[in-house]
Amino acid sequence: MKNLLTLKKYFVRYKNKLFAGILFILISNIGSVYVPIILKDAINDLQKAKSLDISVFRNYALLIVVTSLISGIFRYLIRQTIIVVSREIEYDLRQDFWKHIQLLPMRYFQNNSTGNIMAHATNDINAVRQFIGPAVMYSIDTGIRLVIVVGIMVSLNLSLTVYSLLPLPFLSYAVYRVGKLIHEKYVQIQEKFSELTTRAQENYSGIRVIKSYVREDYEIKQFSALSLEYLKKNMSLIKIQSLIMPILFIITGLSIIIVIWVGGINVINKTMDLGEITAFIIYLGILIWPMIAFGWVMNIIQLAEAGMKRLNKIFNEKYEVSDTDVTDFDIKDIEGTIEFKNVSFKYGENLPDILDNINLKIEKGSTVALMGYTGAGKTSFVNLIPRLYDVTGGEVLIDGNNIKSIPLDVLRTQVGLVQQESFLFSDTIVNNISYGLREVKKDKVVAVSKIANFDKDIMEFPAGYDTIVGERGITFSGGQKQRASLARALAIEPKILILDDSFSAVDTNTEEEILKNLKTYMKDRTSIIISHRISTVKDADKIIVLANGKIAEEGTHNELVQLGGIYADLHYRQLLEKELDELN
Amino acid sequence: MDNRNEEEILGKAYDARLMKRLLQYAMPYKKYIVLAILLNIFVAALGPLRPYLTQIAVDKDIAKGNYHGLMIISIALFGLLILQAVVQYFLTYYTQYLGQRIILDLRSKLFKHTQMLSLKFFDKTPIGRTVTRVTNDVESLNELFSSGIIMVFSDVFIILWILGFMFYMDIKLSLVTLSVLPVLIYGTFLFRKKVRETYRDVRLYLARLNSYMQEHITGMNVVHIFRKEKDELNTFSTINNDYRIANIKSIFYYAVFYPTVELLSSIAVGLIVWYGGGEILHSTLSIGVLFAFIQYTEMFFRPIRDLSEKYNIMQTAMASSERIFQLLDDDSFIKNNENAEKLKKVNGEIEFKNVTFAYNEGDTVLKNISFKINPGETVAFVGHTGAGKTSIISLLTRFYDINKGEILFDGRNISDIDKRDLRKYISIVLQDVFLFSGTIKSNINMGSSHITDEKILEAAELVGADRFIQNLPNKYDEVVKERGATLSVGQKQLISFARALAFDPAVLILDEATSSIDTETEQLIQTAIQKLLAGRTAIVIAHRLSTIQNADKIIVLHKGEIKETGNHQELLAKKGIYFKLYQLQFKDQEITKEFVNQKTES
Repeated sequence: MKNLLTLKKYFVRYKNKLFAGILFILISNIGSVYVPIILKDAINDLQKAKSLDISVFRNYALLIVVTSLISGIFRYLIRQTIIVVSREIEYDLRQDFWKHIQLLPMRYFQNNSTGNIMAHATNDINAVRQFIGPAVMYSIDTGIRLVIVVGIMVSLNLSLTVYSLLPLPFLSYAVYRVGKLIHEKYVQIQEKFSELTTRAQENYSGIRVIKSYVREDYEIKQFSALSLEYLKKNMSLIKIQSLIMPILFIITGLSIIIVIWVGGINVINKTMDLGEITAFIIYLGILIWPMIAFGWVMNIIQLAEAGMKRLNKIFNEKYEVSDTDVTDFDIKDIEGTIEFKNVSFKYGENLPDILDNINLKIEKGSTVALMGYTGAGKTSFVNLIPRLYDVTGGEVLIDGNNIKSIPLDVLRTQVGLVQQESFLFSDTIVNNISYGLREVKKDKVVAVSKIANFDKDIMEFPAGYDTIVGERGITFSGGQKQRASLARALAIEPKILILDDSFSAVDTNTEEEILKNLKTYMKDRTSIIISHRISTVKDADKIIVLANGKIAEEGTHNELVQLGGIYADLHYRQLLEKELDELN
Repeated sequence: MDNRNEEEILGKAYDARLMKRLLQYAMPYKKYIVLAILLNIFVAALGPLRPYLTQIAVDKDIAKGNYHGLMIISIALFGLLILQAVVQYFLTYYTQYLGQRIILDLRSKLFKHTQMLSLKFFDKTPIGRTVTRVTNDVESLNELFSSGIIMVFSDVFIILWILGFMFYMDIKLSLVTLSVLPVLIYGTFLFRKKVRETYRDVRLYLARLNSYMQEHITGMNVVHIFRKEKDELNTFSTINNDYRIANIKSIFYYAVFYPTVELLSSIAVGLIVWYGGGEILHSTLSIGVLFAFIQYTEMFFRPIRDLSEKYNIMQTAMASSERIFQLLDDDSFIKNNENAEKLKKVNGEIEFKNVTFAYNEGDTVLKNISFKINPGETVAFVGHTGAGKTSIISLLTRFYDINKGEILFDGRNISDIDKRDLRKYISIVLQDVFLFSGTIKSNINMGSSHITDEKILEAAELVGADRFIQNLPNKYDEVVKERGATLSVGQKQLISFARALAFDPAVLILDEATSSIDTETEQLIQTAIQKLLAGRTAIVIAHRLSTIQNADKIIVLHKGEIKETGNHQELLAKKGIYFKLYQLQFKDQEITKEFVNQKTES
């Protein structure tokens, strides 16, 4: 229960509604418990005096209806308070969860798959919600009802109460045990099901190989065998699930039979009357549900505790990259001189250095190109500038200030990073491009789209700038995505523009046009360009070649071609490729 | 996400055409289903029998002071209870089993169907969608078969039995009691309808919430880069709030419904007391009957509620079966000709005659290709990316059918040869090695029992894979993870070579991997390739200098056409496309190798 205690603050927030709910539970239970007493009196009257007037029974009938009406109204109010509160708390909890998740560092998202985080956001929060709502409501309801009903039953007939209630605890226990087993089996079934899914997935991915080796029949046999295993797992659940109804029959039925038999003997001996037996049978009916609920609630609590434990683990994750006491909030703007001083970086304690003692100064307004083979550390290098990650050694300075002292709001709104893998939201184009702006400015969006050479494409879409991107709208080609995210970065007019291989899916001609358009835009901005294409980088003020986390070559295009190293190799290769492409 | 949206669209709850097709899958179990329904009718009577017996206990025994009779009735009640429990248990188990069986049949059939579909189908259909069909869609039919169809009978018969007993005991009192029934039925179905509507909202907002989270977790870097955490939290709040409101709305219907049901049952009890009381005063009714009726009022509600829930089951089942049947009706197979022949003895002669091919109409990939490969020859195809090399090998094994011209295998048109036979004699080693989860062994023999352990070992030894396999903890039984995640690129290559060799094909097609690996493995692979090609007809999409130099013939493809043919020396002398490609690819390999060597030295 210690993890669930975290929820205390939420309960306190809604304490008035919760107290009202408890009061309603009390009132409604008094009402519904009163009905059998009326019925008892009615039946006893029926037996005793045959001289009674029919209006007596009409009054009894009215009393029964009115009492259950009152009880019903309060039952309605219970749901409108306690269950509603559970949804309120679910909202708050999810809100806090998201607020927290958003502030976690990129490192967290690197180490945890989207599916994994989603599972916490959906399954765990839901398990906790089940606890807050139904579990809390039913425990209070059950508790109160149990006390009242048993009290009345005892007052009617002690020994009959004891006899008839004897089987009921077994019901709670059975529901608890069976519920637990069902949950376990259910988890196993889910595992088998995902095995089945994986198998199908793997088969369809490797369908070429399967067809080449004529292994279809074998695959069918394997899949059928797995399906059969899945069936067996399901049956083992069904074996237990099918127990629920019979157990319910036997235990509740047994109680009622005891009342009829033992009560019947009492009636014959004149120590009890028929009305009381009726009341007992109805009371047993009232008690059955609480008994089931009791066992059920125990399971919910266990699941919620486990869910809350996982959620608390996330809530305890550190933000890592955030404004701290070294932040100088007087810094309101940046100019754009970047300096790397002995910078080292790695993704984790025991992982190798990705960047190893880098020293580099990039002057304000200049253009620097980064090249190097895959895995050389280019992306890690640029990710350090907007502090997507923090350095693990040395320091990065902007305008001479350690970037840790620059408020994140200032830093990130002044650095425009276009990432290698362009990500667009499923929203309209205009909203996507103005993502970094305070408000949507259509004219600015059009202007930057023209620079990114994207305007023409957009005009061809049926809804122009209001076209929706993604599965529900138009699926962009890789090149279109890249140009859209370039435009998005240009729109915020950053002091530092970083292009991380952002033209890889754009054809060479378009790329040349974009570069031409960018020339004026970049005039007073510091730019860093990562590319594999010589044509993209050759005009840069300085070209850096990274290899194994170190700066391997540094200079202008001509200097590096002269040097005859990695850069020169790439240059030579790409010349040939161009020649081949032009062949026909 | 795409799939989920698709799943959200629910149509009508009953479609006679779909239902008829679905029921066909139940036909093999016809007898068992009929038996289950009969048993259900029987067991449905046991519950309502109990209040009837209590009535007898009250009127005949308790009222008359008959201890012995009371005991007998109590024991009878108990016996009945046990009987009901036991029958109910086996019946539930049994019907669920039937449902599972039918589902298994359907799933196997569907999977089998997908295995026959042509590569064209897989090219244009996302894998995820096909997976969903054989998994989730089939799954949602489960309920229809296991609890849907049979349980409807059970619910209907429980109601009928109750009515039967009531009318048998007292017709007038039955009519009075049942006067609340229309309201109850109407109320229940109205409640279901309303809840269904609010649940549609709940599901919609939940899907929106989930897809928002999914999308923003994936694109969290963009959120961070543009410092949009605050704005995004606002957007999130809006969706979260919509979801909360939709949920609270659905609470309302539950809050109204359950107390209403209780109230209705109290009204029924009230009516029984009022009318029944009068009757008892006139001695036309016994107390026991009144007693039994009070119990019956409690029994009505569950079957009615269950029946109202069947609508949802039907609706989901119809939507899923529609999609399943759509897939089953897709018959884009590569079909064997009617007079397709089996292959007996194979020489391995291949000829392309004026072959033209397009994956999609108008987008021609191969133009008028003709060449001939004699048995035992090795032919290398070279060309820049997109030249059409891969298409050629896909055509030879009839993964696709050509548009024009003909392909001959041992002088026979391949469309006249049983396609499974064709593929049996032609092995393909793809560049992108695909390993299945299983063991090393199962990846080499591909589950074929014809290939003995000795054969596996021999093949692995020959290609030089044996050495590293012997070093694995479980040797040939070492578990291979999905996609061979624990093995290196080179190791995977070697395993796929061993696989091809174990099948001992007459023709081998090899799509060499471009990826550069460490020098040692590189040498292993080159030796393996020589072994692989020896003594059989071979077509190689070559990236390795050694393979090319040893080829009998080199065919240079450029933009879907054959531009140059000849051996290495002849083509180099031409100083044409081959010469340029050679400089680009093979020089580069050497440069890279040098670079790698330098790195390892330094």
